[in-house]
Amino acid sequence: MKYKKELFYRLIFNILAFASLFFLIGITIILFKEGLPIFKQLPFFKFVTGEYWYPTYDPPDFGILPLILGSIWVTLGALFICVPLGVGSALFLNELATNRQRSILKPLIEILAGIPSIVYGFFGMVIVAPFLQKIFNLPVGLTAFTGSLILGIMATPTVCSIAEDALSFVPKTFREASYAVGANRWQTLTKVVIPAGGSGISTAIILGMSRAIGETMTVLMVCGGAAVIPSSIFQPVRTLTATIAAEMGEAVMGDSHYHALFAIGLVLFMITLVFNIIAEIISRRFRIKLGLGR
Amino acid sequence: MKTRYLSQKIGFSLLFLSIVATLFFLGTIIYFVAVRGAGIISWEFLTSVPREAMTSGGVAPAIVGTLWLTLGSIMIAFPLGLACAIYLCEYSPKNYIVNIIRISINNLAGVPSIVFGLFGLAVFVKFLNFGVSIISGCLTLGIMVLPSIISASQEALMAVPQSYREASFALGATQWQTIKKAVLPSSMPGILTGVILSIGRVAGETAPILFTAGTFYMRGYPKSIFSECMALPYHIYALMTEGVHPQQQKEIAYGCALILLFLVLSISMVAIIIRQKQRSSAQLR
Repeated sequence: MKYKKELFYRLIFNILAFASLFFLIGITIILFKEGLPIFKQLPFFKFVTGEYWYPTYDPPDFGILPLILGSIWVTLGALFICVPLGVGSALFLNELATNRQRSILKPLIEILAGIPSIVYGFFGMVIVAPFLQKIFNLPVGLTAFTGSLILGIMATPTVCSIAEDALSFVPKTFREASYAVGANRWQTLTKVVIPAGGSGISTAIILGMSRAIGETMTVLMVCGGAAVIPSSIFQPVRTLTATIAAEMGEAVMGDSHYHALFAIGLVLFMITLVFNIIAEIISRRFRIKLGLGR
Repeated sequence: MKTRYLSQKIGFSLLFLSIVATLFFLGTIIYFVAVRGAGIISWEFLTSVPREAMTSGGVAPAIVGTLWLTLGSIMIAFPLGLACAIYLCEYSPKNYIVNIIRISINNLAGVPSIVFGLFGLAVFVKFLNFGVSIISGCLTLGIMVLPSIISASQEALMAVPQSYREASFALGATQWQTIKKAVLPSSMPGILTGVILSIGRVAGETAPILFTAGTFYMRGYPKSIFSECMALPYHIYALMTEGVHPQQQKEIAYGCALILLFLVLSISMVAIIIRQKQRSSAQLR
């Protein structure tokens, strides 16, 4: 009787586990199924390097290079903000904050990491864009620069939180050994703690980057949305994610525009996959290096 | 000797500055939304339907829609995710296949939410023919948070010391009894934290519901799970990009942003308090 019940539960968990895995595999399959047909019309290479995105013209142009560049510009810009601020804050929390400060600031930053992206987008649109337009004397306030700024602030708590977790894994003995040979706190930080926690910090940066490149609503609202190759950071750009969000509503199911948007989804999927795999490899090495094998 | 001290002084000030800047930027956002949004919030704003092409009235359908979508998607994702985590941690053999599954789940947690929106559009809206509806939105959001719920639950389950399980087996408990009586109770705070953080994320998510559940304007409330619905985040987006009265719409958007911010931040605060409590009790042990 007891044995039968055991088997029953085991079966239930098996089924539920495979149901969720089925969904997760399903998303990959659907992306390929709906995205690949566009490559019958034009080769993958042309799709990625084409300079013009005019999906509704006749004949349409499906070149996503401007969109890829838009994503890259905005993400790189965001990195200039979220890396120094995020890593700096993590180092502060880990090294300088008293226990009391840390026990307040760390949860606070984690809570702030949960601010929805739409709120950032809204804030960027109503406050930051008009402000930047005024001080830089620009024709429009919704530019790649505005997007980078907002995305950077948005990714900062994420980077900080992950980097701080990584730093807290650096064994105390490393620091003690450094103090014992006469190093002061700053030297210990730069010569011992940062190198030891370095791969953990890079994981945090890569994950922050992955978040920035996949972010949709913020860039859709504040980057301006012009699908042309940007020549300066003060021009409107359009990212991969924003294109899907803006155009999917009007694409007709089954036509080439629809498939092209799924192909963009596929490209995004691949980009984040590569980022995540790199982060995974680095963090695994990090754990092994510090003797935290898991 | 002097430069050593000086560089420490400069370095530490920079670190201090970076956290001050971070908190300042985030504080500014909350401040602006709170101050400008507070003026428009009233009982009527919270409980009545939109009127006169979105320029007056309330946002109650959007609040209701957000609650529907959030609850629905968690009801889908929580049982599936927890079961998957229990299977992977407790039942499945420990081999490289499980390792690959774990890595793929982690990877899926990083896939952009708009890609999940595409999936929902292709499968639930078109293929299963649910149309743009609450059910499509719930399923899409549920699948979007499934990976994070699985990873969080897995972390929590793995943090349970092996000796708990061994002690339970030694008393003659079966695998299921061990899971139910020993493993789950001690990992519950960790699992709950993960789930509640996911609830906060779902409530604020916009991209996946753009073409699976959201609609700009509704005079009433959704009638069934197969009707489309308004949602706070989507409503903010729509108010800022559509419509013909940008000035009045902006005011309403401030109100929506404040409600959403309050909702999401209080949800994640609950999660983090649970975790802090658990951590401090773990330290005492």
